[in-house]
Order: sequence, then C-alpha cells, then structure tokens
Amino acid sequence: MRLPPFQTLLDAHGRDVHRFLVASVGRVDADDCYQETWLAALRAYPRIEDPSNLRSWIFTVAHHKAIDLQRSRARRAVPVSEPPENGRPAATDSQSALHSRSDLWAHVRRLPEKQRTALALRFLADAGYAEISTVMGTSQAAARRNVHEGLKRLRSEYQP
Amino acid sequence: MTEFNALERALRSPASERGDAPPDLVPAAAAASLLDVAYATLDSPVGTLLLATTPTGLVRIAYLDAGDQDAVLQDLAVRVSPRVLAAPRRLDQPRRELDEYFAGRRSTFELALDWQLTGGFGRRVLQATAQIPYGSVSTYQDVAAQAGSPRGSRAAGNALGANPLPIVVPCHRVIYSGGGLGGYTGGVGRKRVLLGVETGQGSLSLK
Repeated sequence: MRLPPFQTLLDAHGRDVHRFLVASVGRVDADDCYQETWLAALRAYPRIEDPSNLRSWIFTVAHHKAIDLQRSRARRAVPVSEPPENGRPAATDSQSALHSRSDLWAHVRRLPEKQRTALALRFLADAGYAEISTVMGTSQAAARRNVHEGLKRLRSEYQP
Repeated sequence: MTEFNALERALRSPASERGDAPPDLVPAAAAASLLDVAYATLDSPVGTLLLATTPTGLVRIAYLDAGDQDAVLQDLAVRVSPRVLAAPRRLDQPRRELDEYFAGRRSTFELALDWQLTGGFGRRVLQATAQIPYGSVSTYQDVAAQAGSPRGSRAAGNALGANPLPIVVPCHRVIYSGGGLGGYTGGVGRKRVLLGVETGQGSLSLK
C-alpha cells in the first residue's frame, strides 16, 4: 500500500494531537512534546507497512512521548508538578467549575495516567474505544473502564 | 448531581483546551534532515504552479488544474519520498525567480535542479533542452540529435511531454521543424504564453 504525503497526516491530525498533548502534559510542555511526536513520526514514516490506520499510529507516538516526559519529570521530582495530596483542588461551586474548562482539564491532568490519557483521547481527539485501546495498548474493555473510572473520579471531585 | 453527560459535554465542548495553534514543524524537520520534499504553490500568468524541492534542488514544477494537487503530491510521495511537507519559505528563491521571469525581468534561472524524476534518453533530451537560449526555439529533431538519437524525435516528444520541470527546463522552446507549435505538457495555450513572455509579447492570454 502506498503512503500518502506526510502533510496529509499533519493537516488531518495536527490540531487533535496538539490538544491531546496539552491535556496530557500541560500547555508549557505541549509544544516540545508535539515537535518530538511529529519528528519521531516523520523519521519512522517511510518504513510503515500498513497505512490503513495512521491516525491511531500518530496518537500512539504522541502517547509514548507524553509518557516519556512524565517519567523524566518524575525522575527530576519537581515538587510543583506533583498533584495535591488528595488530588482534589480547592472546593468550588460545581456549575462554575464545569463552565471553567481550563479548570476542568486541570482536574483531568491530576487523574491517574491511564484515566487522563483515555479521557483526552475520548473527548479531545474524539476517539472510540477501539482506537483508545490501540493507542494505549490495552483491551477495549480496559479502555472503556479507564474512561468510565476517569469520569467517575472527575465527577466525585466536583461533587465531594 | 452532576450527570455524566453534562461532564462529557463540558469535556467535549469546542472550547476545551483550544487556543494556541500547534508549532510549525518545518524548521525542526529540516534541521533533523527529515524534510525530503518541501512544496509551495505560486500564482502565475499560466495558472497556479506547484513547486517542490529536495535538499538537492528543485525536483518538480506542476501545472495545477482543478483537483490536481493531491495527485501531484501523491506522485512525489511515491517517486521521491513520503516525507512531504508544505514549506513555502524553502521555495522562496524559485518563486522569486519565476515571478521575475513572468515579469520579463529574468532570462535564465539560477536554481539547483534535482533530475531524479528523469532518466536515460529522456534525461538527455531534457538536458539538451535546458541549453536552448531564452527567446529562441529548437525542434524535436534537434534535441533528439543532441541527446544522441537523430531519428528519435517522437521519443523526444514523449520525454518533453513528461518534463517534471517545465518552464525552468524550457520544453516550450521545442517546436515542429515545419514551424507548428507542437504539443505541451500543460496545454498548448500555456506554451504560447511562455513564448510570448520571451519574445516580449508579454501578456498574450491563455486562449
């Protein structure tokens, strides 16, 4: 099968990948992570044998770059990047919290990695459970569970 | 009670985590030697052109008629490399030289060329064609002879029709020995315009 020109991927998925990374690693690091994602993809691209699911492939690369970054952060153990002890921000009125989307995604970023990634794929990249399972290397049942658990935890934080 | 779907709506809301545009990939890709084909388009008196360059030099000029761009880029992805990116700044020099050419202010191009989309007899024909001076014409028979095959004028015509670098490799300067214009890769109307530019009859229309 023939590979489409790389620009096609960038046009189709660039914005979604960027939004996914903003949700995964935060705005400050998202641009670097984005560049690393696309450079790694560009490097590997000519060797791809099955171009039938390039979107899942590019999100898999992005997911791995996000994990790498989180691991290197953990090694550096920068205190400010750690979540609060109970993962719960200061109490706010739930409706206004819901309306403040950056606040909402700040909550998402404090979720466990699997839940956070699953929610970002589901709601920012509009991925189905099959795609989430491909990108994260899990079963579809686990993908569904990660989304569900993430939502549950997010809801409980708005409604303590 | 916050329902799941209210939460899902909020997460999905078009405004979520939007904002900054993603950074430009081109400088980093070029620095890492991963930009195999850079392309841009240019509006000209013969219609929109697609220009593509490799690190070696200009590799393709294509006349874009409706809907052609995807096909041209796909062809480059297959024949040169799938690492194809839109990178207009990397085509500044050819775009500027072509603008000057169409304005009648440039008679030779100073562009590095990448001949990889040509080969064999076809390449020799095109390289002979590249020697025809601005404002003059040659014949299919002559360029065939220059390429080492005096009886190969038909094959020369085919090679010129497949010219991957029209305008810069001036296949429009090759005509029938009887004086007829002959064919042209982008249609004979464009051939007439290009010859008009070079003989100072600048703005002949496409028809």
